[in-house]
Amino acid sequence: MSSTKRKTPVVIYSSLMLLLIGISVVSLFTGVQDISIRDIFQLTEVQKLVLVTTRIPRTISLILAGSTLAVSGLLMQQLTQNKFVSPTTAGTMASARLGIVVAMIYFSHTTLSQKTGVAFLFSLLGTFVFTLFIRTVKNKKAVMIPLVGLMFGNIVNSLSTYLAVQYEIVQNASSWMQGNFALISSNNYQLLFLSVPLFLIIYLLAHYFTIMGLGKDVSTELGIPYALLELIGITVVSLATSAIILTVGSIPFVGIVIPNLVSLSKGDHFGKILFPTAFFGALFLLFSDILSRTLIFPYEIPISLIIGVVGSVLFLFLLLRGESQ
Amino acid sequence: MMEVENLTKSYGETIVVDNVSLSIEKGKLTACIGPNGAGKSTLLEMISRLISQDTGQIYIDGNEVKTWKRGEFAKRLSVLKQTNQMNVRLTVRELVSFGRFPYTKGRLNAHCHEVIDNSLNYLGLIDLQKRYIDTLSGGQLQRALIAMVLCQDTDYILLDEPLNNLDMSFGVQMMSTLRRLVDELGKTVITVVHDINFAASYADNIIAMKDGKLFASGSTDDMITKSVLDDLYGMDVEIIESKGTKYCLYYT
Repeated sequence: MSSTKRKTPVVIYSSLMLLLIGISVVSLFTGVQDISIRDIFQLTEVQKLVLVTTRIPRTISLILAGSTLAVSGLLMQQLTQNKFVSPTTAGTMASARLGIVVAMIYFSHTTLSQKTGVAFLFSLLGTFVFTLFIRTVKNKKAVMIPLVGLMFGNIVNSLSTYLAVQYEIVQNASSWMQGNFALISSNNYQLLFLSVPLFLIIYLLAHYFTIMGLGKDVSTELGIPYALLELIGITVVSLATSAIILTVGSIPFVGIVIPNLVSLSKGDHFGKILFPTAFFGALFLLFSDILSRTLIFPYEIPISLIIGVVGSVLFLFLLLRGESQ
Repeated sequence: MMEVENLTKSYGETIVVDNVSLSIEKGKLTACIGPNGAGKSTLLEMISRLISQDTGQIYIDGNEVKTWKRGEFAKRLSVLKQTNQMNVRLTVRELVSFGRFPYTKGRLNAHCHEVIDNSLNYLGLIDLQKRYIDTLSGGQLQRALIAMVLCQDTDYILLDEPLNNLDMSFGVQMMSTLRRLVDELGKTVITVVHDINFAASYADNIIAMKDGKLFASGSTDDMITKSVLDDLYGMDVEIIESKGTKYCLYYT
């Protein structure tokens, strides 16, 4: 084998795994309904019900959403060769949201699959418009592209709001504006499992995406069908984003902050940072959600607020750091 | 042997490469020279399939380039475009290992690691292999990129201004590396060079382009003459000879 291949630091990996399990357990037993880990074998009917219908789904969705958001961000950064591109800064989320609003207006009794379908189509379209745009932009400064993406997202958002006001569905539509795990229950979070096959696709194509981070010319030179893989990548990200926005709403920054922090310590080799990114994305969401549930207990602060505060500080730090290089 | 027939490429109204036909000898170092905007890079990009031509054909060892499958083509010809910096945190070894992609699609086997080790060794990068490429100097990065191309193990290697941003000593080092690739490993190297004296000292053959057309081509000795160079660059070039090599003086 390679002379540089280091021995897997088993200790680090297993302790990180324990940390994830530990936080998941804390997440399971946090909430208004008092369930203690000591009661685990003698739960009352109510406790059982709460655990099965809300707590477990919530923790699972946090893990799935966190890792999917982080990995989606990482993949988009790889495809655009820009560290600050993610579903939030490329108009993907905003477009998905517009799709939901349109679906609600167009179909009088919207089913989940209709909403998912339309949201997916819109986010795909929005992301494509954005990638076409960055191909033509001359100023390739790292900060330019996400700023343009944010503006693009805001324009799309204002269109959604306008439509929502016109058709009097503001109440309904705004629930997708803010990320919230409080409404997750055993019968509305299954869509998130879509991220499992999507993650598998990303994992199988990781070698391709790794090289695509070096740009179109190097990829083409090494025999990679760049356009095709770009299409696959954007499709996967759009699907994942639509699933997340329909189940938990929009959650900012995770897609940028987590991949960037991971790559600070582990480099930019996509294949090698894929799992750490997914892991820390999940951990970050679990942790933020526990905070959101405990800070003003027994009430809840929306998780997007917590992440917005923590994330924007980290984002600023990364942005300034990127500028100074 | 590589043959180019009636190659043309235009962007809108501008014809960048205009009906170029030429042939490139196998196992030689060929330098492509000419003024800025002569279409040298575009020619190289078309030969390496990074962009497609409007009309014309390119044959490598008798086969039309377009008929090659992507993956197969990447095993026969590699290309390195001018890169001044890379803002990617990859280690030198990771970067170099990408050269094995056409063979193993990223799943490196024992043979790959052997080739990677050899390439690193060949370019004197063993000590740097764990460094991140965004911390390398221009010359080191250029060497790492050449090592990646070497890992790709192709007969043909195309380079677009590999001397860009290198100082004299790194420039000499780079050209002698290219020379070694030809002499020791039997590669066919085609490189765009701006410094005419590097072409004069290291190349076997020279292709000169001007205004999108092939201006002249031939052996270095035939090409480094006052009559060719004066017309090519529209300057008064003086040729002097020292120790059997011709040099061009054009600074006044």
